[in-house]
Amino acid sequence: MPRSIKKGPFVDEKLLKKIRAMDESGKKRVIKTWSRRSMVTPDFVGHTFAVHNGNKFIPVFISENMVGHKLGEFAPTRIFRMHSGDRK
Amino acid sequence: MARIAGIDIPRDKKVVYSLRYIYGIGLTTAKKLCVEAKVDENIRVKDLKENQVIAIRDAINKFEIKIEGEARSEMAMNIKRLKDVGSYKGIRHRRGLPVNGQRTKTNARTRKGKKRTIGLGKGRV
Repeated sequence: MPRSIKKGPFVDEKLLKKIRAMDESGKKRVIKTWSRRSMVTPDFVGHTFAVHNGNKFIPVFISENMVGHKLGEFAPTRIFRMHSGDRK
Repeated sequence: MARIAGIDIPRDKKVVYSLRYIYGIGLTTAKKLCVEAKVDENIRVKDLKENQVIAIRDAINKFEIKIEGEARSEMAMNIKRLKDVGSYKGIRHRRGLPVNGQRTKTNARTRKGKKRTIGLGKGRV
């Protein structure tokens, strides 16, 4: 079941603060964040985030199509290395 | 006889149920269409009058329901968007694995296709 519309999208406060600061200063820099649970809102578009995947920060450039997804969706937490028997 | 949306001609069934043979129309939409077209949903398709068929077609147009090709392409577009955006769901689609968090240790055969034995070199059965 999705989140109630009444509440609006969830974005971590600290992340919002960083974005506002970034917008005001007008500088474009990568925003490091652990907040995988934050929803991508329209004001994220054009920014680049470094989203933590538990190990590293994965750079994610936010395009318009990504609005409505969570940041964590773009930084996979598992890597699949082949099974030993697999060839080719 | 009853040609709605191209070539779909489900006869001998009640109207609501045969409308569902059209891609993009489920039970809820079918019922809605019957109400809108003022057609008794228990009538068989073969007993439909010509003007009732037209009424159903008009109802589809009126609600702007996407059917057949249009609905299919919309779904393909949605999946393509997920892939292009590089989201977790898109990756699962690309890999042909279940998308909504189902287990893959066993089952998931619909997505993964026929069983292939993997690992342990020789691979017997």
